[in-house]
Amino acid sequence: MFNPKNLIIDNPKDGVFRVHRSAMTSLEVVQMEQERIFNKCWLYLCHESEVENPGDYRRRNVAGRPLFFIRGSDGKLRVFLNTCTHRGALICRHDQGHADILQCFYHAWSFNNQGDLVGVPDEAGYSDSFNRAEMGLKSPPRVDSYRGFIFVSFNPQVEDLVTYLAGAREYLDLIVDQAEKGMRIIPGSNRYSIKANWKLLVENSLDGYHVRPTHKTYFEYVNSLGINTSGVQSAFSRPALVLGNGHAVEEHDGIRGRPIARWSPLFGEENKDEIAAIRARLVRKFGEQKARHMADISRNLLVYPNLLIIDSIDITVRIFWPLAPDLMDVTAWQLAPREEKPELLARRLDNFLTFHGPGGFATPDDVEAIESCQAGYKAEGVEWSELSRGMHREAIAEDELQLRAFWRQWFGHMSGLGKVETNDPVIRERAALAR
Amino acid sequence: MPEASSAGNHGSALPLREMVEDFLYQEAALLDAWRLDEWLALFTADGRYLVPTTDLPDGDPQKDLVFIDDDMVRLRARVERLKSRHGHREYPSSRTRRFISNIRIKVEGGSIVVTSSFLVYRFRMGESSPYVGWYEHRLKRVDGELKIHNRKAVLDLEALREHGAVSIIV
Repeated sequence: MFNPKNLIIDNPKDGVFRVHRSAMTSLEVVQMEQERIFNKCWLYLCHESEVENPGDYRRRNVAGRPLFFIRGSDGKLRVFLNTCTHRGALICRHDQGHADILQCFYHAWSFNNQGDLVGVPDEAGYSDSFNRAEMGLKSPPRVDSYRGFIFVSFNPQVEDLVTYLAGAREYLDLIVDQAEKGMRIIPGSNRYSIKANWKLLVENSLDGYHVRPTHKTYFEYVNSLGINTSGVQSAFSRPALVLGNGHAVEEHDGIRGRPIARWSPLFGEENKDEIAAIRARLVRKFGEQKARHMADISRNLLVYPNLLIIDSIDITVRIFWPLAPDLMDVTAWQLAPREEKPELLARRLDNFLTFHGPGGFATPDDVEAIESCQAGYKAEGVEWSELSRGMHREAIAEDELQLRAFWRQWFGHMSGLGKVETNDPVIRERAALAR
Repeated sequence: MPEASSAGNHGSALPLREMVEDFLYQEAALLDAWRLDEWLALFTADGRYLVPTTDLPDGDPQKDLVFIDDDMVRLRARVERLKSRHGHREYPSSRTRRFISNIRIKVEGGSIVVTSSFLVYRFRMGESSPYVGWYEHRLKRVDGELKIHNRKAVLDLEALREHGAVSIIV
């Protein structure tokens, strides 16, 4: 009988951390993840800027459930289950659009953009017990937002969002505070699938160890543009950070430059002054130390279980959902300050294309790498994957602490322990001593 | 669509349609044969190659997210990457076969604007993934030869579901 407790070896004494490969191949695991993780946690849905005007809507699947979000005529953003309260048909059948009234095409029930049922053809055909007010569109049990990021939960008892975000909150602040007038999602998204288990993309997105070997052609291209990446090794020598509740961040020196706010040739001479001005504004507002953290350091942030924000030469927001043990759907967007000047936005988008996205010089190789892992599991003879790197020391970004943090919380949920300590014991002990 | 005949001093007596069709078929053959350096030579020095995202086919790379927006520097780097054993998504290389049809030709000032439908099959690692869409080639005559000034590949796919990436030249 399948038992999730047999899926992880976490032995700090000997510095050994292993994940059983059936965690990536078993259908039972996928079903249990749906029940114990995706039905329990807060899940990222969208950014508030995606529906700017009353009536704007978009539809999106979250944990396999069809949802849509719409800004009502009252200006409020609401999230609805995309199903008619009458007989179930999808209400919202365009990926995005604008509507004052949403009409189900099946029997022409109509709902306003605040979810109220406002039209039922031949309503006299129902008895007196038919109550229109109870038949409005239904929302997921919990919907909340943090600084423009909208999350939903299918667990009515879930803790409040800020508590859930734990240490990830500070890093979301660090990203959002880079903008003066708030962030927005840039039009156009990357929608692709990867024939691999979704957790392999969590690992890959937080993994500093693979960057140099896997992305050699990317660095060759960047070097050819006059960017010195010889410091890339030391760039990943910063301490790895575990943020609680499975959240983690991998931070590295932003040697390739950052739109906010560290100029490099990737951003062009035309943006040199603007980036300097942004940096000066951050120093004025947040002080030198915090401004340096915001503007000079790049970060890959995991908001457990499956939201990745890569704040680097651009800001990528990436979400991915398991469809099967060996298949996931990925969507990625670009986040940018609303006030960003067109020339700098153009460079930001250009940098995104170079590395990220299905047509970039790096993401396709990540896709290949994790598909290759998934294909390799079929060999079966090797039961465990090795994730012990840096367990015997204070782990750095090139180590695998961030991955272990994710896995420890995953294991906590899957084995019924709930919230667990996710740091390496060596770091926990040091922290205890410091106290 | 009116068929302009070829004019000028480029040495070809072929009607424009035949010239353009030959050009597109030759381009497809070079790509299918992975003769990528020869393919690069089909571009003007200020050539561009654009692939918009599946959800925003009119995307403008200056202000919208697209999949690919290469000037010649990046396109050359893309080709180098495709030829390298470190371009992992295409090493080993996939097999491709391109079908081009529904070719329409318009002459706009100094440019020949060609739209066509494409079906590019890609086979690799036991999987097949077809890219379906349409091209807009903006061609120019340079020293009597047709050259690509702007090449846009717009995908009809809703998402890169079987593909995982746009790792070949579409």
